Amino acid sequence: MSEQCIYTPQDFKSDQEVKWCPGCGDHAILNSVQRAMPEVAKELGYKHERFTIISGIGCSSRFPYYMQTFGFHGIHGRAAAIATGVKVANPNLTVWETSGDGDSLAIGGNHFIHAVRRNIDINVILFNNEIYGLTKGQYSPTSKLGKVTKTSPYGTIEHPFTPGELVLGARGTFFARSLDMEIELTKNCLVAAAKHDGTSVVEVMQNCVIWNDKTHAEFTDKEVREDRTIVLEHGKPMLFGKNKTKGLILSGLKLVVGEIGVGGVTMKDILVHDAHEPNPGIHMMLVNMKYPDYPVALGVIRDVEDHTYDDEVRDQVLSVQAKTNIRNMDDLLNSGDTWEIE
Amino acid sequence: MEQNKIVTETDEVVIRFSGDSGDGMQMTGTLFTDTSALFGNGISTFPDYPAEIRAPQGTVSGVSGFQVHFGSKKIYTPGDYCDVLIVMNPAALKANARWLKKGATIICDADTFNEKGIQKAGFKTDDPVSELNLVDYNIVFAPITTMTKEALKDKNMDVKSVVKCKNMFALGICYYIYDMSMEHTFKFLNNKFKKKPEIAEANILVVKAGYNYAANTHQFANRYKIKAAPLAKGKYRSINGNQAAAWGFIAASEKSGRPLFCGSYPITPATAILEELAKRKDLGVKTLQAEDEIAGICTSIGAAYAGNFAVTTTSGPGLSLKSEALGLAVMAELPLVLVDVQRGGPSTGLPTKTEQSDLNQALYGRNGECPLVVMAASTPSNCFDYAFMAGKIAMEHMTPVILLSDGFIANGSEPWKIPAMKDYPEIVPPIITETSDPVFYPYRRDEKRLNRYWALPGTKGLEHRVGGLEKDAVKGNVSHDPANHQVMVNIRAEKVARVADFIPEQEVIGDQSGDLLVVGWGGTFGHLLSAVEELRAEGKSVSLCHVNYINPLPKNIGQILANYKKIVVCELNMGQFANYLKQNFQQFHYHQINKTEGLPFTVVELKEKMLNILSE
Repeated sequence: MSEQCIYTPQDFKSDQEVKWCPGCGDHAILNSVQRAMPEVAKELGYKHERFTIISGIGCSSRFPYYMQTFGFHGIHGRAAAIATGVKVANPNLTVWETSGDGDSLAIGGNHFIHAVRRNIDINVILFNNEIYGLTKGQYSPTSKLGKVTKTSPYGTIEHPFTPGELVLGARGTFFARSLDMEIELTKNCLVAAAKHDGTSVVEVMQNCVIWNDKTHAEFTDKEVREDRTIVLEHGKPMLFGKNKTKGLILSGLKLVVGEIGVGGVTMKDILVHDAHEPNPGIHMMLVNMKYPDYPVALGVIRDVEDHTYDDEVRDQVLSVQAKTNIRNMDDLLNSGDTWEIE
Repeated sequence: MEQNKIVTETDEVVIRFSGDSGDGMQMTGTLFTDTSALFGNGISTFPDYPAEIRAPQGTVSGVSGFQVHFGSKKIYTPGDYCDVLIVMNPAALKANARWLKKGATIICDADTFNEKGIQKAGFKTDDPVSELNLVDYNIVFAPITTMTKEALKDKNMDVKSVVKCKNMFALGICYYIYDMSMEHTFKFLNNKFKKKPEIAEANILVVKAGYNYAANTHQFANRYKIKAAPLAKGKYRSINGNQAAAWGFIAASEKSGRPLFCGSYPITPATAILEELAKRKDLGVKTLQAEDEIAGICTSIGAAYAGNFAVTTTSGPGLSLKSEALGLAVMAELPLVLVDVQRGGPSTGLPTKTEQSDLNQALYGRNGECPLVVMAASTPSNCFDYAFMAGKIAMEHMTPVILLSDGFIANGSEPWKIPAMKDYPEIVPPIITETSDPVFYPYRRDEKRLNRYWALPGTKGLEHRVGGLEKDAVKGNVSHDPANHQVMVNIRAEKVARVADFIPEQEVIGDQSGDLLVVGWGGTFGHLLSAVEELRAEGKSVSLCHVNYINPLPKNIGQILANYKKIVVCELNMGQFANYLKQNFQQFHYHQINKTEGLPFTVVELKEKMLNILSE
């Protein structure tokens, strides 16, 4: 049934000059997306013209202009709502949304959580650089407490959101996390997101080289990355570190980091990742792991099945249409209480 | 007993049912209206209800009313003042005494006129009739609650359920006075309470009890018969403005072949459009109850981009919230209809009361040079036609359209001769399926209408980007070029202006020239027409120019305005349309009749003010 849909990354590149700052993490994400799309097309049998990218406002939201797909550069915060309308109107499209931490978690927070709650089949790429870049350096809802920015010269006094926690709190069915420079990992997360039916959120920890340089560096720097992050894979033990000797253990009600062979820890103690577990308990602990207490969790953290909004819309229409006598406007106009004037 | 009664023929009657907001007055009024409509009377109705669902019982703020005007001719308004006022408690009498015609009949539930009830209504004395100075009225104190209980004493029902039936007693009285058949009401009740036949039976018993009571008491010595109106032959139904708007959108969807999508957030008094559309999955309508007003319009914009006929519904404050997204729809040049059912403003204002004060916001309420099409429906039933036309214009010209309705026509209902879809024009959206350009240029335009083309995602080879940033006039890429911005601003304005080539010329009711031209727009049509017709019957040279297409205006408006000695612009705001006309046609002097009381005009006040202008 699935047609041959063979494309190259080049097929998804538009002729527009990419205008992000040199060194910006967005370049790497664009690279990942352009590599992911041919893979998605091939594996799911999607033709090129079915790819549609919706964005809001911000650096991340310039994304559609750089992709040779259908694209809609929306208004600040509203990408999730626009994308929802696109998907409901034409469920055959594969709908992608690019958005940032300000766009999705501040001005668009409401649309973001409700898209996740509805579980509409869209794929959200959430660029998290913990700063407002396009407006030149104000704190965002993910900026670390105390962060000094132009609008917080004495440090922020607000607790930041952890996007994964918000997604799970909104009944999210898919959440993955990657780093901008991990092109292969990001690509894999995006392909997994596309395969998931329902709202998929892929948070990419992205570096803003101008306004918030190295905000993620304490766990993304090449020398420390393997020890300070953990790449989760479904069905595999939660191991990390240069030699994969460290792992996550459930101790009482919390996760702890243990080392194989130290203090009696064996492989049996190490948790095995189950992304398909509907109960969000462990997933919630994983998304909330922060350096230095824990490695930062990457990869597909949650991927569970549930009915999707767009499927339900279609099914309801079909089930009502199967039973109705009203098949067109004239039928409707003449239905119910009417009377004749002779 | 009955043989002593006199039946008189009369042309028209206004009845106002009023009681606590939980007393079922809307239902009572609707049932009476349906019976009258089935008989063939001309009808216009107006529900008048409080914003609170159950305001404190027995207080004036909790009074809910339903006025029905029916007659042996076409009826254009629900009537200024009533011939019969039904009051289910003292508060209802206090709230509605000012709407009585001289000599009107007032039917009160005597059981509620006790010390407690009178006190709750805020009367200072124990004699509401004297306190309200109700002299020369036919006031009937009928123990409605007691008689309802008596009628149902063998039914083994709890007191609460029994008392709930008392509105049916009042309905029965009205059926007797106006010599009407109770059959339709019985049928309705049997159907409504199909699963609780004992409730249907109780209600029917009480309707009959009310009817018999009226027949047996000497207080209703006069009965009236209103003949059927000479309406055009055909099949009719009753329709209100919100239902008509919803159906007009479905009709436009059918004619255009584009599936209908409505993203919306509940807001009084527009909600019923979303509710009506949500029922119509049989016709493939998709509705999305959004998380807020902004998501309502943004989901619709997304649906429009994806190729659906997208509408969004709202009222005053919701229009404010949708402003930014309307700008996006203008910039992206997507078809979209926003229906604004206006209510009293600003802010939350008077949610359940009518007003026409959103016109300025509809015309101008966006950042930048941001023109779009603005139109207004003017009767409950023509909400269908204008919703249809709004869809046609939006899709064929690739522009957002704001359709203005208001609380009065949205909730008001009238008999409607059922139209046939074959009599409506085709809608041909400019959908493009291929391009001869090297890549698709999304801002290439049709030369006649200046619309860009609708390139639906999923169409091979038409991949393109739209959005809120200014675009190059030729290739459609993002452009900050100064000269290009000027070009695009001009094109967007000209595209909307050219809609004037595709709408009907303005018509005038009355003479093509004369002493006074009454100018109105939107939901005031019925009142303005009644006032103008009455003045013309009195020999005055008065004509009516009632506008439905506001931006752009019909091309002949200027010529029409030039043909009269005086012009008066009447609207339920402080002069927004008058100012718009002043801006467009500065050469004329405009008198104004304005009102912002949350209520429709009365024909009486309109006539008086028009006469004043005529004699100035």
